[in-house]
Amino acid sequence: MTAVAPRGRVFTGVRLVILVAFVVVFLIPVYVLLVTSFKPLTEADPGQAWNLPVTWTAEAWRVAWEKLAPGLWNSVLLAVPGSLLSCALGSMNGYVLSKWRFPGADVLFTLFLFGMFIPYQGVMIPLVQLLVGLNELTGLQGVFYGGIPGLVLAHVVYGIPICTLIFRNYYVTIPDELIEASRVDGAGMLRTYWSVVLPVSAPAIAVVVIWQFTSLWNDFLFAVFLTGPQSWPATVMLNNIAGAQATPYSQQMAAAILSSIPTMLIYVLLGRFFMRGLMAGALKG
Amino acid sequence: MRRARTWLPGLLLVAPSIVAIGVFVYGMLGWNFRLAMTDKHDEVSEGTFVGLDNFVGIWDQPRWHLSVDHAIMFTVVFVLGALVLGWFLAFLMEKGIRGEGTFRAIYLFPMAISFVATGIVWRWLMNSGMGERAVGLNRLFDAIGLPQWQWFRDPDWGMAAMALPAIWQMSGYVMALFLAGFRGVPEELREAARVDGCGEWGVYRHVVLPLLRPVTLSALIILGHISLKVFDLIVAVSGKQIITDVPAVFMWVAVFDSHDPAKGATIASYIVLSVAIFVIPYLIWSVRKERRS
Repeated sequence: MTAVAPRGRVFTGVRLVILVAFVVVFLIPVYVLLVTSFKPLTEADPGQAWNLPVTWTAEAWRVAWEKLAPGLWNSVLLAVPGSLLSCALGSMNGYVLSKWRFPGADVLFTLFLFGMFIPYQGVMIPLVQLLVGLNELTGLQGVFYGGIPGLVLAHVVYGIPICTLIFRNYYVTIPDELIEASRVDGAGMLRTYWSVVLPVSAPAIAVVVIWQFTSLWNDFLFAVFLTGPQSWPATVMLNNIAGAQATPYSQQMAAAILSSIPTMLIYVLLGRFFMRGLMAGALKG
Repeated sequence: MRRARTWLPGLLLVAPSIVAIGVFVYGMLGWNFRLAMTDKHDEVSEGTFVGLDNFVGIWDQPRWHLSVDHAIMFTVVFVLGALVLGWFLAFLMEKGIRGEGTFRAIYLFPMAISFVATGIVWRWLMNSGMGERAVGLNRLFDAIGLPQWQWFRDPDWGMAAMALPAIWQMSGYVMALFLAGFRGVPEELREAARVDGCGEWGVYRHVVLPLLRPVTLSALIILGHISLKVFDLIVAVSGKQIITDVPAVFMWVAVFDSHDPAKGATIASYIVLSVAIFVIPYLIWSVRKERRS
């Protein structure tokens, strides 16, 4: 131990320096976002691009908020019910596929998993046609195609694979004896789920809700294909605001931050669960 | 085989999801493929079956070649970049370091942000203006004496620049995967190798690296499938410009601007195939592996 200590300490020092250097690089975009968003229009000239604002102003934030608010609200209407529904479905599926297996459950699970990796472009055109059809069938214009319900439906369905996977991998760790004991007591499948499985599901529920909330909030592809201007979520509105030539950088950056606040908050407050969701994404329980 | 009475309720409970996946995943993939094999090149026509004509014909279009080349360059730079950087960061933290939690949190937070928001900042950073008009990284590089670049507007290397924001966003994830992989290597194995006379490098090469293979494979699959369908980031950074066209953006243009469903479906089919070709073997392999253990 003592013999290697000096070399070890030098190595640790070098590691620390490199890690800190990468922290600086990783935070450059954050610096740009914050600094630019607080600049008045008079300081928009390229020469001052990296400077701190001379006069700090929240004007860009105010304008960005006005433009983005409807989108943020749509995103709430999309992400909250969407993640809760996904959670309910995933929990039931995960329960059955781990504790109440039927013949062919493994094959079915593999077929589900492929749904996690399909590029959604491959289903987009038929999906649009189906939702248009549902609008006509129900007579509800702008609900399925063009509206938030249709978008929620799409996200919940295509979220089934990942949510099932997370719950299944979690439920596998519940001892079979617990389930058996409940069965012996005469409880059926649903009773067992309700009284034995659900009460211990909190960690998996947290992981799934956070994962789904983040993916629904950040989604752009489904939103751009399936929704109309009335129901555009924050990502689409953000892209439109930033894509307009006339929008000053300060407003673009403020809008980008505003749209990221909910997911950033989740990340900061519930990072542990966020991490577990990411790991599940790698097919590792 | 257990009696049906014991497993039937489970099957019923999963049935809605089975139907949903059957219709929305497999049914729609099939529907999309069928559409790609018709000549429905406008919104109103019925479309007759033309076999693989669209799949062959699209290779006559210069824009398709361009978008495929772009996707390949983006994928190579993004996947390798995120993999190497993520591995390197994990390697530096593997043995534990003061402030590890903070480092991890900072490297990982870009994952929580949408590709659209990321694209907006990086469009500013990678602004191609030079000299007096330079903003973003060019202004910074100028100040510290580095050359200025065209970034994503460079006709040859533009897509390599486009991969930078994606690397920024995903390398923290790869780091987390590798860190979990490193920590999963039992200390006794390393110790045994040391006793056998391996130096630290030898231990790393012969013990740790082989055990990291599954993690590396997972990371490759995840990065690869994100890369081949990349859409949001490109749209947010440069919109529909040909210079950064990729299949996913081309498909969007085919559907909404050219109003050509068959062409859109053909491009979409190619995107699906490019992902399926490596994801399907991977899934079968990992399910088999899980069943063995």
